[in-house]
Amino acid sequence: MKRNPARLLIVDDEFSMRDSLAAWFQEDGHDVVAAESAEQALRTLDDHRFDVALLDIKMPGIDGVELLERVRVIDPAIRVIMITAYATVETAVRCLKHGAFDYITKPVDPDELTRLVARALEDKQHSEGVTPAPPPSPEPERRVERERGVADAIIGESPAILHTLELIRQVAATDATVLIRGESGTGKELIARAVHRESPRRYFSLISVNCGALPESLLESELFGHEKGAFTGALYRRKGKLELADGGTIFLDEVATLTPKSQVDLLRVLETHELNRLGGHETIKVDFRVVCATNEDLEALVADKRFREDLYYRLNVFTIEAPPLRNRVSDIPLLAEHFLRRAAPTVGRNLTGFSPEALERLCAHTWPGNVRELANAVERAAIVAAGPRVELHDLPPLNGGGHPAAQGSLEDVERQHIQRVLDEHDGNITRSARALEVDRATLYNKIKKYELRR
Amino acid sequence: MIRLVPFMLGAHEALVGPVVACLERTFGERVEVRDPGFDPAAALDERRGQYDSRRFLRLLLDDAHDAPRVLGMTGVDLFIPVLTFVFGEAQLGGRAAVVSTFRLRSEPYGIVSPPERLLERAMKEALHELGHTHGLVHCDLADCVMRSSTYVEDIDAKPARFCVDCARGVAPPGAASA
Repeated sequence: MKRNPARLLIVDDEFSMRDSLAAWFQEDGHDVVAAESAEQALRTLDDHRFDVALLDIKMPGIDGVELLERVRVIDPAIRVIMITAYATVETAVRCLKHGAFDYITKPVDPDELTRLVARALEDKQHSEGVTPAPPPSPEPERRVERERGVADAIIGESPAILHTLELIRQVAATDATVLIRGESGTGKELIARAVHRESPRRYFSLISVNCGALPESLLESELFGHEKGAFTGALYRRKGKLELADGGTIFLDEVATLTPKSQVDLLRVLETHELNRLGGHETIKVDFRVVCATNEDLEALVADKRFREDLYYRLNVFTIEAPPLRNRVSDIPLLAEHFLRRAAPTVGRNLTGFSPEALERLCAHTWPGNVRELANAVERAAIVAAGPRVELHDLPPLNGGGHPAAQGSLEDVERQHIQRVLDEHDGNITRSARALEVDRATLYNKIKKYELRR
Repeated sequence: MIRLVPFMLGAHEALVGPVVACLERTFGERVEVRDPGFDPAAALDERRGQYDSRRFLRLLLDDAHDAPRVLGMTGVDLFIPVLTFVFGEAQLGGRAAVVSTFRLRSEPYGIVSPPERLLERAMKEALHELGHTHGLVHCDLADCVMRSSTYVEDIDAKPARFCVDCARGVAPPGAASA
């Protein structure tokens, strides 16, 4: 669905340029008129008005700069972008002096061209006092889908989860920074998605960054992007995640793991909403909302000087606690049924639900790995269950205390324990290996041996 | 029926099967894979060292004159004259589209991503360009494959499916609206 089609005039004597420009902007949904000469363009302007004109500078007869002057007399509101194959400072100055909005050298990067025309349109709308159209209000069908989408994503009716949903609704409509706190596996990313989908920014992207998954050097490029040649191997220019989140929401997961340098860089962007790609000189303005998450004690990290206090205050504006599953036991049957409905078709089973004994066992377990652990347990049960229901013996060994069950072989206990630790650490090998007090290679071998999920 | 014409795919030949399955699933049409009946070198621009996607569209149209819709899938670097590169191109409301895997790889961007990401990107680009042949223009919604993508990260951010409105635009004639 396209919201704001614009009227574009393209003037170039070279067919392939004219044609490819027209096709590019028609795919964007704009109304495009192409002219092969300045004379033809002037005739078109007799009875048509345009928002933006793209004029080739070098044309036989009336050239682009002269056409620029005439176009500006006919319609001073039009934004004119000049196109040249050979940019010189003199040409650029001449064009800008005659009122060109900007100029580009062909061939141009797709992003640069799209962005430039968008800027020209925005500039015209601002000068005309036109507020860019707000996102369309969703059609009833889509609205239902959206509401159902959030409800589907966050399942439960317990007081704890209803309180979380209420907080999401309260904060989503604002532009406040949200800090989501909670143990591993409690669904912090789902909460971030819900905040985004309920917010006015839902028509733009939600971009997720796992701050703990990348070393500092890569994280910098991931967040800020880089120019071609910024470092060895950077063959192309690349947008960073902060830039990709423009208009939308950036979700910074495991924010407590940011290194001191990354904390400084992030703080600067949060304060100025401006950034530079690595190796780039252009300052890029970005408009995004920040939602971040952590399972660590940020206050203790601040006290230990391992997390910047100023960044802490900037992120800790509105906090949502993701409740652990042991505090929402009444949601376990609903969640288990949901995961079973999701898993059964993928493993080719027609399962109708759980036996009372199986449900009782699920509710008695304390789920240290939270909802993720429950989802894994149900998926495993769906694989082994003969049906039509999941029976007690189909469940992986669980107990009420959250420790590995004492039944089964030593290998069973080891397999379950490693799986549990992996789940608790979101599949992160380094942290799981540290928790298990083994080296990474040993953990990899065990994962392979037991065919564990990460 | 959609005709898929793979050419100069090199190591990315293995993507064809899953892309076919994705197209059949999404469009509910049979996808027929055929070798090209043209010489792809005809689209090479020696000065730029890239292939002109507009010329590929013409070659595909001539080659598949008996097919209602044709998608070329290639591993070479595509451009249109005004731009440095394109991921793919299509005739808006026409019969032909072409996509390239050349710029869909992660390595040249210094991105670390799982191996299946290339296939996901190829599927999304194939759906996107074929969407244009159905007359769809770029969609403003973040959760639609017709959203414009000028970077691979833009492609990664969108799903391999059409939003409700765009899905109506690619539904076969007479299909019940959702």
